[in-house]
Amino acid sequence: MTQIAPRATTNRRRAFFTPPVVFALVLVPFTIEAVGVFYPAIQGILLSFVKWNGIGVAEPVGFDNYVRLFTNDIVFYGALGNTAIWLVLFGGLSFALGLAVALLLQADRRGVSVYRTAIFLPMVFSLVVTAVMWTSIFQPRGILNDFLIAVGLEDWTKIWLGDPNTALYAVIVAALWRQIGYVMVLFIAGLKAIDPTLHEAARVDGANVFQRFRYITLPQLRGVNLVIISLLVIDSLRSFDIIWAMTRGGPFGSSELLSTYMFSTAFTDRQLGYASAIAVVIFLLAIGVIISYLIRAFSETKED
Amino acid sequence: MTTTINAAAAPLPSDASYPVAATKPRQGRSRWRSRVKTTGFHSVAITLSALWFFPIFLVLLNSFRTNSDVLRNGVAAWPEVFVIDSYVTAWVNAEMGRAMVNSLIITIPVVVLTLLLSSFAAFGLSRYRIPFRRTLLLLMLAGNLLPAQLMLIPWLKIAESSGLYDTLFIVILIQTASGLGFYTFIMYGFMRAIPVELQDAASIDGAGVLRTYWQIILPLTRPALAALGALSFTWVFNDLLLAITLLRTSSQFPITAAVLSLLGEFSAEWNLIAAATVIAAIPCVIVFLMFQKHFVGGLALGAVK
Repeated sequence: MTQIAPRATTNRRRAFFTPPVVFALVLVPFTIEAVGVFYPAIQGILLSFVKWNGIGVAEPVGFDNYVRLFTNDIVFYGALGNTAIWLVLFGGLSFALGLAVALLLQADRRGVSVYRTAIFLPMVFSLVVTAVMWTSIFQPRGILNDFLIAVGLEDWTKIWLGDPNTALYAVIVAALWRQIGYVMVLFIAGLKAIDPTLHEAARVDGANVFQRFRYITLPQLRGVNLVIISLLVIDSLRSFDIIWAMTRGGPFGSSELLSTYMFSTAFTDRQLGYASAIAVVIFLLAIGVIISYLIRAFSETKED
Repeated sequence: MTTTINAAAAPLPSDASYPVAATKPRQGRSRWRSRVKTTGFHSVAITLSALWFFPIFLVLLNSFRTNSDVLRNGVAAWPEVFVIDSYVTAWVNAEMGRAMVNSLIITIPVVVLTLLLSSFAAFGLSRYRIPFRRTLLLLMLAGNLLPAQLMLIPWLKIAESSGLYDTLFIVILIQTASGLGFYTFIMYGFMRAIPVELQDAASIDGAGVLRTYWQIILPLTRPALAALGALSFTWVFNDLLLAITLLRTSSQFPITAAVLSLLGEFSAEWNLIAAATVIAAIPCVIVFLMFQKHFVGGLALGAVK
């Protein structure tokens, strides 16, 4: 598929004339995205400056929603803190464990494709399906507690999803189970792209496994790392389905993320302006990563 | 490469330059060592895979149990008897059948529309000179990276004011619009790599723009279409957020939302919930197994370029 054509020179010839129908081909999808995404996004930002219950008239309130959010809302700070925990634990662990599994399963040897499929399979399940599977594991009479009792750790048994101390972490475990295979696939692709002669040269020079990992694999993966980190940050900030399905942010807001708080503020409390302000905060947290991702993508589309 | 790691012990540069030779005649000690390594690798990998497969195994097991069995013995016991009653109940009484149809009514048009529209855009942007083409492309990709929460309330507003709230149609429209950027970006990368001579030959033969697109370029991007089609199928089929925002009537729910409301309503009937969950997972597993290679390749495409 990666046919390299001498397009640098030949492409230029196309410069004279572009048939009008081509513009239509580009503009139709672009317009659909503009109407379906850009316009609502701008609306979303504008809504954060009003007070509105969705039925009456929206009342402009300037920055009041943001002021309330940052000075007078404990739940918001809780959700912000949980989102940070989510980012570090879900994002960080899926990066580290995904890399570890990729290193284990990178070589094409007998049986390896079966192992890869087993690790990757959860990725095709919806987050709702994942949530149900793990909710049953975390039940008071579920397999986790049964296992703890069987090995003599009765004191450790808990109502995992009903305990404010464990709910968030239980959901993170479930989310990791689904995510690690995805990160593994990305890392395997990255590892395969490393020139094997680099490793051979280092081996000849007497570098051991850890030295080769530290001085060859890691530096060679830098581009892939950046992409994976951006994807994980964006994914973490968007995470909603699995929390909503497992705990709805509870108990007592202990697993509330910004995304679930935004959703319940909007559709349970009908505070649409205030919920929009939370959405804008999510957007602002993501924007740095989005921009750096785009800059990378932009440099790749450069005509060489 | 070979499994000989310790370079100091190996009999030297010949090992590196002739990897095949190294596997053949080997001293007893290093053969023993490589066997230990292989066994070690497989035991770690098998343990890991088994651990990963365990939740799936558990849900399958529960789906074949009776409700009285679940109530008596909890959600972590071996079935007293294996029955398929839960599947029948889930499909008929709990309306998983209808939910599955709703899911497919949403998913199939979205996959077809996004592939078609994004290949239009990618074709125009990659094969012709269009002012600001890179800006357009990046703008489209940027739209795909925005958190859905930002658009959620406006989407609901649009749905309500157009009278399409609580219809599958509005879900299809918004799913299509919100996926376009990513697919266009990936297709662009693919189409850019097609030699321009092919297109020149086609236009010399008198093929117009649309014919060039349909008969020359599109068939060449078939691997990308397969990969993106399989990926978008699972993404759209698995969505929950849009469905619960834009739909209210439970008979309109796609399967994700239906399973979730089952979890709320029948929280004691784990056999039923398990069966519904298995049903909800099957279509994506089928698509994954059919397109496995494309699927995994497609994911890597998006990230590693």
